[in-house]
Amino acid sequence: MSRLDFTDVTVRFGSGRGAIVAVDGATLSVPEGRIVGLVGESGSGKSTLARAAVGLVPLHSGAIALDGQPIPRHGPRRLQMVFQDPNSSLDPRMTVEESIGEVARFPANRAERRAEVARLLDLVHLDQSHATAYPAQLSGGQRQRVALARALAGRPDVIIADEITSSLDVSIQGTVLNLVRELQAELGLSMLFISHNLAVVRYVASLVAVMYRGQIVEHGPTEAVLGHPDHPYTRRLLAAIPTRSQRKPTP
Amino acid sequence: MPARLPRPGRPAGGRSRRVLHALRTPIGATAAAMMALVALTAIVAPILWTDRANAHETASILAGPSAEHWIGTDAAGRDLFFRVLVATRLSVLLALGSTGIAVGIGLLLGTAPVLVGGWVSRAVTWFVGIAVAFPGFLLALFFAVIFGAGQTAAAFAIGLAGAPTFARLCQTLTGGIMNRDYVAAARIGGVSKLRLLTRHILPNIAEPLIVNATIGAGGVLLSFAGLSFLGLGVSAPAYDWGRLMYEGLSGIYIHPVAALAPGLAVMIAGMAFNLVGESAARALGLAALGELVPTHRLRRPAPLAAPMGSDEPDDGAVLRVRDLTVAFPTPAGPIHPVRGISFAVPAGGAVGLVGESGSGKSLTALAVAQLIEAPGEVGASELTFAGEAILGGDPRAHRHLLGTSLAMVFQDPMTSLNPTMRIGWQLAEVVREHGGASRQEGWERAVERLSAVRIADAPRRAHAYPHEFSGGMRQRAMIGMGVMGSPRLIIADEPTTALDVTVQEQVLDLLGSIRAADGVALLLISHDVSVVATVCDRVLVMYAGRIVEELAVDRLYGGARHPYTRLLVAAVPDMDTDLATPLPTIPGRPAPVSAIAQGCAFAARCPLADAVCRETDPEMVDDGRGSRVACWHAGEPFPDDAVPTVAVPVAVPQGESRGNAGGFAAADAGAAGAADCPVAGSPLAGSPTPTPEGGSA
Ligand SMILES: Nc1ncnc2c1ncn2[C@@H]1O[C@H](COP(=O)(O)OP(=O)(O)O)[C@@H](O)[C@H]1O
Ligand code: SF4
Ligand SMILES: [Mg+2]
Repeated sequence: MSRLDFTDVTVRFGSGRGAIVAVDGATLSVPEGRIVGLVGESGSGKSTLARAAVGLVPLHSGAIALDGQPIPRHGPRRLQMVFQDPNSSLDPRMTVEESIGEVARFPANRAERRAEVARLLDLVHLDQSHATAYPAQLSGGQRQRVALARALAGRPDVIIADEITSSLDVSIQGTVLNLVRELQAELGLSMLFISHNLAVVRYVASLVAVMYRGQIVEHGPTEAVLGHPDHPYTRRLLAAIPTRSQRKPTP
Repeated sequence: MPARLPRPGRPAGGRSRRVLHALRTPIGATAAAMMALVALTAIVAPILWTDRANAHETASILAGPSAEHWIGTDAAGRDLFFRVLVATRLSVLLALGSTGIAVGIGLLLGTAPVLVGGWVSRAVTWFVGIAVAFPGFLLALFFAVIFGAGQTAAAFAIGLAGAPTFARLCQTLTGGIMNRDYVAAARIGGVSKLRLLTRHILPNIAEPLIVNATIGAGGVLLSFAGLSFLGLGVSAPAYDWGRLMYEGLSGIYIHPVAALAPGLAVMIAGMAFNLVGESAARALGLAALGELVPTHRLRRPAPLAAPMGSDEPDDGAVLRVRDLTVAFPTPAGPIHPVRGISFAVPAGGAVGLVGESGSGKSLTALAVAQLIEAPGEVGASELTFAGEAILGGDPRAHRHLLGTSLAMVFQDPMTSLNPTMRIGWQLAEVVREHGGASRQEGWERAVERLSAVRIADAPRRAHAYPHEFSGGMRQRAMIGMGVMGSPRLIIADEPTTALDVTVQEQVLDLLGSIRAADGVALLLISHDVSVVATVCDRVLVMYAGRIVEELAVDRLYGGARHPYTRLLVAAVPDMDTDLATPLPTIPGRPAPVSAIAQGCAFAARCPLADAVCRETDPEMVDDGRGSRVACWHAGEPFPDDAVPTVAVPVAVPQGESRGNAGGFAAADAGAAGAADCPVAGSPLAGSPTPTPEGGSA
């Protein structure tokens, strides 16, 4: 497996005085075989950082490296990404099999591709009968599993998961989180797990980094960061989680 | 021609059904009939009547309408009626050809940015931007003069002139698809650009493109007639409708029909194309450019004094609902997404309604607000709002009451706000519409309400447009709009689902404080129990169109008795969740409203289900202490092995790693993780911390 390093990454949109600095000198590592949680409010630059890693947005300065090497932009992708909204991350006109098969890395022919898709569906606990389904025929949770299977189809070394449970019902969120932990344990994946929900990050990630206004303001083992938050923003995030103990007084 | 673009958020699928449905509407049927007539004439007329159309009758030159020549003859004594019919084929073919050229070039230019990046793509975009600015017919004239007369030249002239419009359309459509995550996913997956174009982009833009091309063909037909009419198009001996008009022009005063008949034919065929395109657009859910803003069912309260409840029942409920049902007809018979629910919201109280997507929460809210549209049907033995029965009776009076005393807040404020209007004016409009306040008063009230919902610097921010607000601010502005009047009840349907936790907290806080300050009751709908628990006093739990449990919020954690409630509560991870075990999840999927089986609707997913449950639906039982529950085994402990705590059915052989899956993620320093990490010798081999020193600021 592999490690992913962001070194002093800056991403800007636009130029001149109107330029927006979305990521501002972020430095962060995803060590081999670990899940790193990246938390922060929307607009803090989490998704931009992720998109920069997979080459969807250009870097202004800094470097992103996979095992110390620049990330190849051609040939097999060792870095894969899963998106927030499974409604828009699957082509509505392609079946599950076509979507997954399109990025599958090794199959040489139809039969092998089929087998590979079957293996991947199995991995994400989807019934084989779903192979020929279109996204519209699946529930949100099932679509998100297909998206995960597609990411795994590239046999990646690192996966970036960007808010993958945010658009799901809480009752389904659990199954996806369990799946993430299970896949990580089975395949030893390294993963950057982005979320604005600290309780979710706490559950899947052993390390956590907090992003605020484009910068990484705090990082470390999850227990330490959540147990003894240093940065005021981290404390605010913690306070915002609805918990059973913290009920607002009612009039 | 306004371009037709896909409406956002329209689900795919069911297209042919929608098209068939469109054919059954009067306009759709007319369009189809006209199109069939034009096509039939184009095919048949030249075969049957070419001879008659070309036969010279020197005896009757420039004759008027007669029994023999229905609309007379031309200067060479040829029958005009048959000439118009025979001209159909050439006219239509030329129009289609030109449209084809326009679409082809448009596609090439419009999708070029996908294949070539950098300056070429920017240059193409720039060029198209300039080209669309020229009036199409002038361009066509320009090209026609360059290419010279003749039908091929004219076809190219008109095709080229139409290309910029289609290029722009393709650019817009392609841009929309390129922004979708599935394109990003394909690119990350190493899919080639060409394949991206053919597999992802073309299929997804084809539909609107074809519809627009059909509508465009109608216009092209007209342009062609124009060119031929000017003598620049089809030249003798060939003739299309424009040519016939041109020839008829000389005698227009003696013999007007000669020029008018081909003109009429152009109109009919043009309309056929237009109508077909338009009805297809409507059937497929494509919106015209100007109306991309979805109109939303939004109820705007006015500042009129709420009718105070002289006739209000003494239990003080602002809303009382008994046996509420919502039904929709489907081809397979009616479905009942809401199946007889009863509840009350006390004046000034806060009630939460929770359940998974599709359980009927939103429909319940819409039914209460009388926003269910036909063919949906709402029934109830009682539906009382602010002391007034609002089901049946004079709908206008109810609308007034609801309009002034009920506020609704939806999940996505962007669909409820007008993007082209300043926020302040949108709020002000509410009081101006219902309360007859002046512009000035309305604006002042808007600014005051915006600060009340904690929009910082409200006097200045009131001038902003919705897109200049963040999601949280928009939601607060929506709530501000809701309290422009003095509502008795706010119904908020998933108001924070699209928001960050910190922003969610602010919005919930705001709802809570409005409630405290103004005594407004709140019905808060969410799929997330923990959201409801922070604001509400009482919680209704809904499953498959029924309320299965009602309880005080402090009993939610620990005191809930319905298995579904207990599982919903357990499914939300919080900061105390045990990291060593998989998250509890609710197995299976929500019962589809179309096929609710006999017995308890939850039986298929319930760890306590037995034969009785599958046989008979449990009645709601009130415990007399303010809780009610519908379950045969309410409050019984879950069996240890029937494991609602096992998340996903285990399909993969697990070996020993399975048991440790939980421990792994919990591993703070990686010891447990290393043990079951199947690959790395030590997962920490690289670096002990996620960030090299100096990463913080
Ligand atoms: N206009 C409609 N026609 C037919 N079925 C509908 C319509 N609107 C909603 N439904 C169905 O009613 C059920 C409940 O929907 P809804 O009230 O939106 O649930 P919730 O808000 O709990 O997610 C769903 O299965 C949905 O598909
Ligand atoms: S009635 Fe039976 S199946 Fe239904 S919730 Fe209760 S125990 Fe489960
Ligand atoms: Mg809903």
